[in-house]
Amino acid sequence: MSASVQDTPLLPPAPVKRSALARFRESDVYASFRRSKLAMGAFAVTLVLVLLALAAPVISPQNPYDPAQLELINSNLPPLWYADGVAPFTLGTDDQGRDVLSAVFYGLRLSLIVGLLGVVVSGFLGIVLGLVAGYFGGFVDTLIMRIADVQLTFPAILIALVVDGVAKAAVGSQMDTNAAIGLIVLSIGLSFWVQYARTVRSSVLVEKNKDYVQAGRLIGLSSPVIMVRHVLPNVLGPVFVIATINLALAIITEATLSFLGTGLPDSMPSLGTLIRTGNRFLFSGEWWIVAFPGLALAGLVLAINLLGDWLRDALNPKLQ
Amino acid sequence: MTEPVLSVRNLRVAFAGRRGTLTAIDDVSFDIARGEILGVVGESGAGKSVTGSAVIGLIDPPGGIVGGQVLLKGERIDNLPPEALRRIRGRRIGMIFQDPLTSLNPLYRVGRQIVETIRTHTDLSEKAARTRAIDLLAEVGIPAPERRIDGYPHEFSGGMRQRVVIALALAAEPELIIADEPTTALDVSVQAQIIALLKRLGSERGTAVMLVTHDMGVIAEAADRVAVMYSGRIAEIGPVRDVVQNPLHPYAKGLMGAIPTLAQETDRLAQIPGSMPRLSDIPPGCAFNPRCPSVFGRCRVERPDPIPVGAHRVACHLYDRSEASAA
Amino acid sequence: MNAPVMPPPRTGARAPEAPYVAIEGLRRTFDVSRPWLARVIERQPRQILRAVDGVSFEIRRGETFALVGESGSGKSTVARMVVGLLPPSAGDVRITGVSMTDPREATARRRLRRRIQMIFQDPYASMNPRWRVRKIVAEPIRAFNLLQGEVAIGRRVGDLLGLVGLHPDDGVKYPHEFSGGQRQRIAIARALASEAEFLVGDEPTSALDVSVQAQILNLMRDLQDRLGLTYLFISHNLAVVRHMANRIGVMYLGRVVEIADGRELFRAPKHPYTRMLLDAVPDIGLTGRKRIPVSGEIPNPIDPPSGCAFNPRCPFANERCRIEVPALVEGVACHAFQERRLPA
Repeated sequence: MSASVQDTPLLPPAPVKRSALARFRESDVYASFRRSKLAMGAFAVTLVLVLLALAAPVISPQNPYDPAQLELINSNLPPLWYADGVAPFTLGTDDQGRDVLSAVFYGLRLSLIVGLLGVVVSGFLGIVLGLVAGYFGGFVDTLIMRIADVQLTFPAILIALVVDGVAKAAVGSQMDTNAAIGLIVLSIGLSFWVQYARTVRSSVLVEKNKDYVQAGRLIGLSSPVIMVRHVLPNVLGPVFVIATINLALAIITEATLSFLGTGLPDSMPSLGTLIRTGNRFLFSGEWWIVAFPGLALAGLVLAINLLGDWLRDALNPKLQ
Repeated sequence: MTEPVLSVRNLRVAFAGRRGTLTAIDDVSFDIARGEILGVVGESGAGKSVTGSAVIGLIDPPGGIVGGQVLLKGERIDNLPPEALRRIRGRRIGMIFQDPLTSLNPLYRVGRQIVETIRTHTDLSEKAARTRAIDLLAEVGIPAPERRIDGYPHEFSGGMRQRVVIALALAAEPELIIADEPTTALDVSVQAQIIALLKRLGSERGTAVMLVTHDMGVIAEAADRVAVMYSGRIAEIGPVRDVVQNPLHPYAKGLMGAIPTLAQETDRLAQIPGSMPRLSDIPPGCAFNPRCPSVFGRCRVERPDPIPVGAHRVACHLYDRSEASAA
Repeated sequence: MNAPVMPPPRTGARAPEAPYVAIEGLRRTFDVSRPWLARVIERQPRQILRAVDGVSFEIRRGETFALVGESGSGKSTVARMVVGLLPPSAGDVRITGVSMTDPREATARRRLRRRIQMIFQDPYASMNPRWRVRKIVAEPIRAFNLLQGEVAIGRRVGDLLGLVGLHPDDGVKYPHEFSGGQRQRIAIARALASEAEFLVGDEPTSALDVSVQAQILNLMRDLQDRLGLTYLFISHNLAVVRHMANRIGVMYLGRVVEIADGRELFRAPKHPYTRMLLDAVPDIGLTGRKRIPVSGEIPNPIDPPSGCAFNPRCPFANERCRIEVPALVEGVACHAFQERRLPA
């Protein structure tokens, strides 16, 4: 009778262990990426902008945050291809003599940092609250989701403004730049957690009734262990999609707040700050101060959004 | 009347995929006579449902018929334009699917759906069509049809819904009905009622039925003949009692031995090692050869053609006369 | 009450031992009412679904007990209560004498926990798709701290995979690389990893093709012979149940209507519902037999008939059947049987 257990199929002989990279290259997501020219283009643009942001201190002719490097003589210079353009200010300078190209590199860096941190904070909040709401259900669920509903009735930018205003009223309007970054990250985090929470909650509702979660309960695992070990990894797919699209949103929100003057200070300009300060010179002919930061922002947000759209389609098997 | 209602000749269906073309149906031929129920049975992935869809021209791109013919009363229908095919579906070929809800529009009363179908395909007046719809509902065993005709699909139970779908399929008096897993979603007791209904269609109306299912028990109860499919090919086709009690193809033998039965106590079920190959790696020669207990050299290189043995046709080299005399 | 440590030896002698599992008056209701606000506005009462309504039976050590029934019979709900995934509304489950509900026996229950495992219906949903098979099979070993050290655990996982007819090296693969039947083997290996002695199979083969089903059923029987396992087997398929079970309970709308030895049940079914079911099931061994036409459908379990739930479909029902719920006496819950009104 032991023979009969053995005569059952020993199908594929010895399986070969393959690296994570090799498995990724065989995955449907990778194939879909290779098929989509748009996704590949968007990825290339994002990659270039991220590399520029990372390399900003090395490749920038000037440190735009260092007042010692700013000369008022160099203010309002046009880009290099104009007759009165001056090297090394390739894209010209603003009213304080700040090199626009360097400011754009550094601004990209700030926008990406704020955006990423904002996504991390909102994602963390949303995932935890969504997991708890979905897994435990009942009153906790109702409470969390009603708060989410109420929050959704306010535009994100309004919430960010409120958080910003409250913090400034408490601390005073003069705070150091790190605190300013922290504050704006918090504002973004508090405005965007709802979408994560809703998505995670609905995925958890599906996953928690699957038998592998029941199997975990059968061997006496506790609820937090089951949530983190079994449920969480299986609801992360949609979270990545939201995170990508929210990264673009977070960057826009930061730019908007900075444009409105409640974001990052003039001494440490992000792309939004640059657009605000440059805006004043638009009609006096110095278009480059606002145009290049604007282009960089638009390019970054568009590329990330396109990536997010593609990722959503690639991870949704129903659309294929 | 000797001409078969449905005649499928060397049908091939292929799907274009990312890693090349996959042949889902490979050289399948069978006939269904008037009043006959042909069971098409196989395990998941054998191609039984694709065969049903191919007959009624419902294979969606990237799939398509790449060879062979489908003849309805001797007239080719596989190469008709979509508009002409749509007219044939519903009028000359009726369809019954596993989930009755997909065939019924939840927003319309069932009577209206049947009346509409009748009026699309005949020139009966509204009133006559309604009378006919009530007759149909009565015929498929729905109690108080003159009242139930004004109900919505959700007001019917699963078994009753499947009856409505059968009534809908019968509305235009088709010559052929294709039933794809019509009883799978139903409970045993209701299953028996639907099987009895299908059998009555054949004997009383002369409708030919192609009954596609994975459930050998349903085939054994309902069908006159059965085609056992494996990897997109017909392994064996013959009268149902013969195939069930005396299967010839090694796969059919294994399959019948693997099914537990109420008729007798078995200590141990026969088991076929392994599982059916994926479409992407069907072995050369006979598709069953890696799992076959009687495999020999020729099976690995040459694909067996169906050979008539008694009332069966078997696609197996074991039954090739020249092979037998040589061995 | 001590939980046994070793799988019991297979003794030929039939000593009148205590039942391995004793289920007493098990009941489970679900609140299927619409949301509170909608209910109040439309003045609807609460709706309570009685999924399981007073079920009692015993399972002996080393035997296979099967619960068979159609959809809505409550058989899966019973299974979930027996393994402790679902708390009963009333009644108790005792396994080796330990109550699965009594809070005073929590310590003994924790020791018993690893002896009871379940095999689920859908082999595609019962494993974490992101884990390698060796991690899946090792999880119970780690959770119960049965072995120390990666080497020992790895060796045990390899042995378990071999035991269910897979290659020990299959452990490095992910569940999606296996067919349904192979996954069900992995599920069995995982259930055995904690040295379980009582397995509850909830339709363990109904998602599989017949030839694969035969492999799994044979494997389950072989493992039972080898390891002395006790099974509770839930299925809607009478032929599978006949093949697997020593004793069978037939359920209809939350109640057990008949319990009998397998052979006895198929040779001489007593309850009218059992008779109808046996007559209705399509079977390859019984081609072309004459059937008694089946009438009616299963009533809505939210609003079951009064008295015996089968009375609207039963040819032998009388006034008493419509009022009084029949008790299970000598394995049959039927007034007509007790009053000897049934034809032989």
